[in-house]
Amino acid sequence: MSRQSKHSKVGPLLGTLMPLFATLIALLIGAVMLLALDANPIEAYSAMISGAFGNPNAMADTVVRATPLLFVGLGICIAFRGGVVNIGGEGQLIAGAVAATIVALSLSQWPSSAIIPLCLVAGFLAGGIWGGIAGALKAYLNVNETLSTIMLNMIAVQGMNFLLRGPLMDPIQVEQGSFIPQTARFARTTDLPRLVPTRLHAGAGLAVILAILVYIFLWRTVIGYRIRAVGLNPHASRAAGIQVERHIVLALLLSGALAGLGGATQVLGLHHRMFTDGSAQGFTGGAGFNGIVAALFGKLHPLGTIPASLLFGALLVGANHMQRAVQVPSDFITALNGLVVVFVVGSEIWSRRQARRRELLPDTGYPPDVRHPPDAARPDLKTEART
Amino acid sequence: MINQLFSAATLIGIIASGIRLATPYLYATIGETFGQRSGLLNLGVDGIMLMGAYAAFFTTFKTGSPVLGLLAAITIGGIMGLSMAFISITLKAEQGISGIGVYLFGLGMSNLLFRKMLGTVETVSGFSSIHFPFLSDIPVIGPIFFNHNLLVYGAFVLVPISWFVLNKTTLGLKIRAAGENPEAADSLGVSVERVRYFAETLGGVLAGVAGASLSIALLNVFQQNLTNGIGFIAVALVYFGRWRMMGALAGSMLFSTVNALQLWMQVLGVPIPPDFAVMMPYVLTILVLAFTAGRVRAPAALSKPFERGD
Repeated sequence: MSRQSKHSKVGPLLGTLMPLFATLIALLIGAVMLLALDANPIEAYSAMISGAFGNPNAMADTVVRATPLLFVGLGICIAFRGGVVNIGGEGQLIAGAVAATIVALSLSQWPSSAIIPLCLVAGFLAGGIWGGIAGALKAYLNVNETLSTIMLNMIAVQGMNFLLRGPLMDPIQVEQGSFIPQTARFARTTDLPRLVPTRLHAGAGLAVILAILVYIFLWRTVIGYRIRAVGLNPHASRAAGIQVERHIVLALLLSGALAGLGGATQVLGLHHRMFTDGSAQGFTGGAGFNGIVAALFGKLHPLGTIPASLLFGALLVGANHMQRAVQVPSDFITALNGLVVVFVVGSEIWSRRQARRRELLPDTGYPPDVRHPPDAARPDLKTEART
Repeated sequence: MINQLFSAATLIGIIASGIRLATPYLYATIGETFGQRSGLLNLGVDGIMLMGAYAAFFTTFKTGSPVLGLLAAITIGGIMGLSMAFISITLKAEQGISGIGVYLFGLGMSNLLFRKMLGTVETVSGFSSIHFPFLSDIPVIGPIFFNHNLLVYGAFVLVPISWFVLNKTTLGLKIRAAGENPEAADSLGVSVERVRYFAETLGGVLAGVAGASLSIALLNVFQQNLTNGIGFIAVALVYFGRWRMMGALAGSMLFSTVNALQLWMQVLGVPIPPDFAVMMPYVLTILVLAFTAGRVRAPAALSKPFERGD
């Protein structure tokens, strides 16, 4: 990325402003949508802003909401830089949360100093396994990772539902016969430190520290360099002696592990129990998808993902406030986020044109797709026609 | 209980519901196959399906006419497919990501409209089963093949038609050329962009119909996230079916039959936790992809924007 700044100062500036401009357009379209829904857009947006930043509690909620997005987003930075797509944030969050839940419930007698790290490690490992499965399937069996991560999301949700409706269900629920699919509240020893009276918990700090570590990992270590090399050009990397398969697995494994850690901090820091409404979003609040959006917004840079996560955390918290203030369902924000994604990736054509005009490499902002080797044999259309 | 599962009545029930349940998968998978053969990956199918499902349901609810509902779904699906085409082709956006954007938009928008305009879960009388004289009354064959609604038959008729269009017509050749070797197609005077626009819009229309088949033909309700990921499964089924129409049929049927089996097992109280039963089709998809993926090749230009003459 230093390559760009060497050649021009306008390019990177434009690159940063473009997503903001695209967001602005999405917000304008959102305003039209609000008008169509009989809501005053100014009132709605100001309710959103005050809901997200209006007082210390609101700000704390924004950070709390941004935390899982940052965990997932950091993983996305690693995966996408490594040339693999990871749509499995939802499943990896769930896997991590379930693992942390099992540890928290079974070792409830242990002191905080032992049980909290253990829970976090369990979440990290479970998320890593969940991402690593997709990585191994891609590297060794050529299974498209977009699809396998989506399938693994569905499998994780059903696994969570099974555990929460069965073995992990709160004994009190069973006793009372109410059978709400949730666990008992964890022992107080598992609670992450919290900035009382807000809900801000130590998970947010951990995520920020990890963002710095991921940056160091990707740009200052040999393994990180190799992951990025594989993402930029798997063939050249292979020729240079890098074991491409191994680094594909590693990228998805680490990506999942970070999301899993995010899931663990959600249950330890915020909910203090695990619960399900049957869907993934019931537990994750869509963080697995919104984390992808945040990472893209942060230009797939771990440090850029921090403010991007805060922005989307604010949008999500603000949406709840807006829902109460002007009676617009909070789904509005899901739709708006979709528009933001579309406009941001759509607007990149202008940044690319700018880059090409300056005779730079046609950097799309994404690593080239490893699925399509440039030397792929051209198919014979006639044989295709016969089948 | 296991004996019950293998009784004639149950087997007929499973096969019949397998055929019924294949409907949304078929429409969506066929549409996505057209798109991918032209070189476009559309991950937003689920979002388009949700919008189609809502449009069809709302129109049918207000007018009482499922035909108008279907037209509404076709219109919305076409518009969303066209938008997706604009983003992918004209703006050359990263297709995996813009698809997620379209999905989020469809998910949020359909539920927003649902909560704002309907508020509660309602039911409609959508397309009803067609009763064929004689045929529907034949034992075994009747309930399996001749007791479905129009959209179910439409889906199965669409398979050979799509196969013919893709493999035996000039249009199909252009679509395949755009996906395999856009440079060559371009040099022969085929407008790669126009062909891809067409394929993606068609994919959107079919995704809209897939949504409608849920909301006004199979379930006759609309609720939040009605599709529950069927659109994503459809994308997987395209890979599963090796980018062929007959493969799409096989994949849809396998998936829906396993689903039907799973539903019947729950009905009959087979002692398998329902969560595991619901999990089965997804595990199966991963396994099948794992055992077949190494031997198939995607369209060469899939998800690569076409840059003319550099």
